[in-house]
Amino acid sequence: MTVTISSRGLPGIGVCQELELADGSRLGIVTRRSGKRDLLVYGADDPDAASARVVLTEPEANAVAEILGGPQLLTALAGLHGDGLVVEQLPVPPSSPYAGRPLGDTRARTRTGASIVAVLRDSTAITSPGPEFGLRGGDLIAVVGTQAAVDQLAAILDGTNGTNGTDRTDATPPAS
Amino acid sequence: MASGSPVSHASALLIQLGAVLFVLGLLGRLAGVVKVPVIPLYLLAGLAFGQGGFASLEESQEFISVAAEIGVILLLLMLGLEYSAGELLGNLRTQAPVGALDAVLNAVPGAAVALLAGWGAEAAVALAGITWVSSSGVIAKVLSDLGRLGNRETPSILGVLVVEDLSMAIYLPLLTALLAGSGVAGVTLAVVIALVTVTTVLIVATRFGRQVTRLVSTDDAESLLLGTLGLTVLVAGIAQELKVSSAVGAFLVGIALSGTVAETAVELLTPIRDLFAAAFFVFFGLSTEPGSLPGVLALAALLAAIGTLTKLATGYVAAARSGARRRGRWRAAVALVPRGEFSVVVAALAVQAGAEPRLGPLTACYVLLTIIIAAAISGVPDRLAATPRRRGSSQPVAA
Repeated sequence: MTVTISSRGLPGIGVCQELELADGSRLGIVTRRSGKRDLLVYGADDPDAASARVVLTEPEANAVAEILGGPQLLTALAGLHGDGLVVEQLPVPPSSPYAGRPLGDTRARTRTGASIVAVLRDSTAITSPGPEFGLRGGDLIAVVGTQAAVDQLAAILDGTNGTNGTDRTDATPPAS
Repeated sequence: MASGSPVSHASALLIQLGAVLFVLGLLGRLAGVVKVPVIPLYLLAGLAFGQGGFASLEESQEFISVAAEIGVILLLLMLGLEYSAGELLGNLRTQAPVGALDAVLNAVPGAAVALLAGWGAEAAVALAGITWVSSSGVIAKVLSDLGRLGNRETPSILGVLVVEDLSMAIYLPLLTALLAGSGVAGVTLAVVIALVTVTTVLIVATRFGRQVTRLVSTDDAESLLLGTLGLTVLVAGIAQELKVSSAVGAFLVGIALSGTVAETAVELLTPIRDLFAAAFFVFFGLSTEPGSLPGVLALAALLAAIGTLTKLATGYVAAARSGARRRGRWRAAVALVPRGEFSVVVAALAVQAGAEPRLGPLTACYVLLTIIIAAAISGVPDRLAATPRRRGSSQPVAA
């Protein structure tokens, strides 16, 4: 089942996405550069304007996203385990050769096949970081891949390619 | 300190500067409470302080004038930082026809009035720019305050602003060269330099944004702040020397920087921009003699009336093109009316270069009037009758 989402850029401010719901009503989400989100319900008699609106701070938006998206994420992750994939959080130690460099420099996907799905920094998650995203020492990287690929990436991040990383924290118990 | 001796220069400077900033702080709070843009209040404060105003600022005027120059540079740098090169190119492609309509409708009245008044060609080009460009700062703030960011007509409003801002990168060098008395060849050269530079920067920023960004990239906030600021002022100075306008140099630096550096720089520079931009508006007010206002009031009112109608037309057409309905079109029309920072930048440039001195007070009045008119009519579109579609029990939208 697909939901129609149209997106329009707001130069200098951010982006606005509009969802057409099955009952004909329409929902809007404005994501501002500042991180604030406007949650909108469009009116019936004036289709161009929002008839109701709440403004969410970034943590509030994350909380809403977690409530809405949590169950789905768990289902998706549970499914992954069946295919021999693991999800792990790998640390970027301050001594890492990639601390202070863009994520793209790790060439994680080409070298290991593992996918970086998020970077956790200061207890917030930056999802789907782009190649230009700057890594810092102390970041945690959420990775999906085979156990071998994830181990290899851990070694790359530690700067000890070839040997296993030593101090990484597992987000999930090893898949059996 | 001997009794009866005048306050020393240094302490007079501090006292005046402190008093000005403190008053601006109070005005900022007032603006927040009554929900009006702060720019007109800063202009009025400058008028009140200045020559012929309530208090003289002899000692601090020189400092404020330097701060004002940096203020223009920072205003334009932040504008450039807020847009990505992709956004600029995309909007230029889709909004070019509306942008052209906007330029013709709004620049021509200014030029015509200046020519009819016999102020000469330079003043005509300046006044064209003053009446043409809407205030990105005021409009973005109003849209956000009124909760209209998610409205369907909003991208078309912002699109018009983007095209205007980008056009400034050509217009300002043209004006600068003209004011410098460069003659036809000199003006053509300045425009060609500007066109080539803008195109180059846009291409470089879209293709090699990462490499340019690396020049100032760092994790350390302090060195990022100094690096960005240094690079900008340096480029602005060189641009000024080449008669291409320091403001445009700063704007282009802002466009060239991208990614996380741009985001962090916006965060770091916003408070500094606010300080120096305030100095810029105050200085403009300061250098305008309040006594000269009544003489230009009628002309300013005429220009504001025309300028309101022409912007209404521009906004209406822009929103109609994007598929907005009746109320949305009128909301866009009303939104574009306020003029602001760009008009003041152009007027300051012209007056400093010795063009018609009445451009200063005229622009101050004009900006104030357009902002007041816009605030007065901003609620009207939402009171318009809805598109007649209500039949009995239209289903209420679940909230």
